[in-house]
Amino acid sequence: MTATPPTKTRTLTMVAAINDALALALERDPDVHIFGEDVGVMGGVFRATDGLQARFGQGRVFDTPLAEAGIVGMGIGMGLAGLKPVAEIQFAGFLYPALDQVLSHLGRYRHRTRSRYHLPMVIRAPYGGGVHTPEQHADSPEAILAHTPGVKVVIPSTPADAKGLLLAAIEDPDPVFFFEAIKLYRSVKEEVPDGYYTIPLGQARVVTEGDDVTVICYGGMVEVAQKAAEAARAHGIGVEVIDLRTLVPLDTDTILASVQKTGRVVIVTEAPRTGGFHSEISATIAEEAIEFLRAPIVRVTGFDAPYPPFTSIEDVYRPNPVRVAKAIRQVMAY
Amino acid sequence: MSQPQTTPPDPLTAGAAAYEDAQGDLVQTLAPDGSVTRPGALPDVPTRLHLYRQMRRVRHFDERAWVLYRTGRMGVFPPYGGMEASQVGTAAALTHDDWLFPTYRDTGAALTYGLPIPQTLAYWRTSPHGWAMPQDLKILPFYIPIATQYPHAVGAALAERRRGTANVAMAYIGDGGSSEGDFHEALNFAGALDAPCVFILQNNGWAISVPTRTQTRATNLSRRADGYGIPGVRVDGNDVLATYHVTSEAVRRARNGEGPTLIETVTYRIKPHTLADDPSRYRTDADNEGWDAKDPVTRLRAHLLAEGHLTEEADAALTREIEAEFEAALAVADAFPEPTPAEIVDHVFAEPTPGLRRQRAQLLAEEGA
Repeated sequence: MTATPPTKTRTLTMVAAINDALALALERDPDVHIFGEDVGVMGGVFRATDGLQARFGQGRVFDTPLAEAGIVGMGIGMGLAGLKPVAEIQFAGFLYPALDQVLSHLGRYRHRTRSRYHLPMVIRAPYGGGVHTPEQHADSPEAILAHTPGVKVVIPSTPADAKGLLLAAIEDPDPVFFFEAIKLYRSVKEEVPDGYYTIPLGQARVVTEGDDVTVICYGGMVEVAQKAAEAARAHGIGVEVIDLRTLVPLDTDTILASVQKTGRVVIVTEAPRTGGFHSEISATIAEEAIEFLRAPIVRVTGFDAPYPPFTSIEDVYRPNPVRVAKAIRQVMAY
Repeated sequence: MSQPQTTPPDPLTAGAAAYEDAQGDLVQTLAPDGSVTRPGALPDVPTRLHLYRQMRRVRHFDERAWVLYRTGRMGVFPPYGGMEASQVGTAAALTHDDWLFPTYRDTGAALTYGLPIPQTLAYWRTSPHGWAMPQDLKILPFYIPIATQYPHAVGAALAERRRGTANVAMAYIGDGGSSEGDFHEALNFAGALDAPCVFILQNNGWAISVPTRTQTRATNLSRRADGYGIPGVRVDGNDVLATYHVTSEAVRRARNGEGPTLIETVTYRIKPHTLADDPSRYRTDADNEGWDAKDPVTRLRAHLLAEGHLTEEADAALTREIEAEFEAALAVADAFPEPTPAEIVDHVFAEPTPGLRRQRAQLLAEEGA
């Protein structure tokens, strides 16, 4: 956190912490502009922008026509012209029409103009499952973005992190994707520092310490991993849970230090299995620390199929504590 | 004018609405022989001479690019020869406080706006020296993806309005690009959010091998503006005084807070798609027929000579001046050094990620080895 973290705190949900961060950003920097579908009068479908238009006006917080490519493309133009655009894509699974803008331009502007122009843009998108949404509302497309040069990818797992990381993302001179786990919006509450503070991008958080197994996760999977770790601890297994917080930049130092200590790795994501970011972490460990491994790395992931909107089997697709606990036993038993 | 786009299509196949569209009138100031058809829209004489000079300068670049390509001194280059009026007349309506978003075929517009020739050459030679646009201009590198620049122009225009300036954003597209979703989203955004934008749609007849009639059933592309509640204007794209006239009016409207305009410049791509393309595979001499007679440079030249604003001697002096300017610029471009391998990973983020730092170190180590 920044030099002097505020001492006063308030108990907030993650969505309230995000709202707080957006209000602080709007207050602090007149260049910050928030836009997207339903973010104005309605305050966003999850109420993340609740009250911001009333407080900061329709010039700073505004609804756009319903078109994701237009939202991201217009944001790129605003960023080129010196504003700080903060766009909301209503669900990460609706980002796909805008991927041309993201892949062709958002990540390349600094590079294709040799830093003459840069894009200080933030794109917020609720992602992930666990709340029984209709089709296409529960996707986890973070690996697509992490594979796109020139964009950063941030995925918080707690209210205090969400606030500090979002303020850091808005301060960042380069484009940042900020994925917010829908499951966590209201299910967790914690003490969140009042006032302005940032958490630097690129620093993982060690959630619990342990000597036997490293469980690497982020976003909506952190609480799942924590539950599995508690269950394992009851059986005398020490589990170190690492919340990556940001995929780009990736904190490989924290990952490798933990792997050197435990020698056993489980990686948990709810994204499809093939080509996921979990594969990148796995390959990095294999390249940098294979001599420390005492068991093959195990990935606990979704499946190579679209996320199922069927309530009764959704929790089978989305990793649950039982599956993670099984993976922990598996690496212990090798 | 009789052009492939405006020739009435067969009503039995194209439908009555398309037939009616084809009757749409072009704004024109000079007839192809240089005689004045709309005296009220003539700019003053210094402006006419300025536009002539820019068209000659821009044409010279296009012709020299061809020669440089043939001798291996130019990368793949999309020529615009024959479209000078469409590009010069539109870009000349801007100042350096306004934004220009050019496509790959708009080198002529970029040069008119003020992009220096050495950097323009460097861009098409794929040198990073052509990537960093000058600090004092608000022009973006030529857009290779189709139509994606249109929403950017909306954002830049909106940002200018938020800042309280009277600056506008101008973006170019082709008839092919107007089939892309981004074109339609941008026009809709600009109208709905009241962005001071001028959208130039250069209808040059071809998207590589695909003629406009295959691209769309619409025959009057300026009327696409109707769907977004913004004005659409159709102009003779080979008449620089007409393109300058309608674009200046659109820029004035945008500066004045009267919103965006779509301008269709009806012109023709006489040359290939790029200098690596062979148009004989997809079009015939009959397709091209009549377009040389509509040449924008000779049209204005005939007008200026007839009215006594230009002499043969002054024209010859202009030729010498333009040639000297280009050769001096070419020498500057030739002197740009080649990039080093480590530059591959530069300019990705303001602060390189740990991963990029490792990759840079690796590149430097391999360079040193």
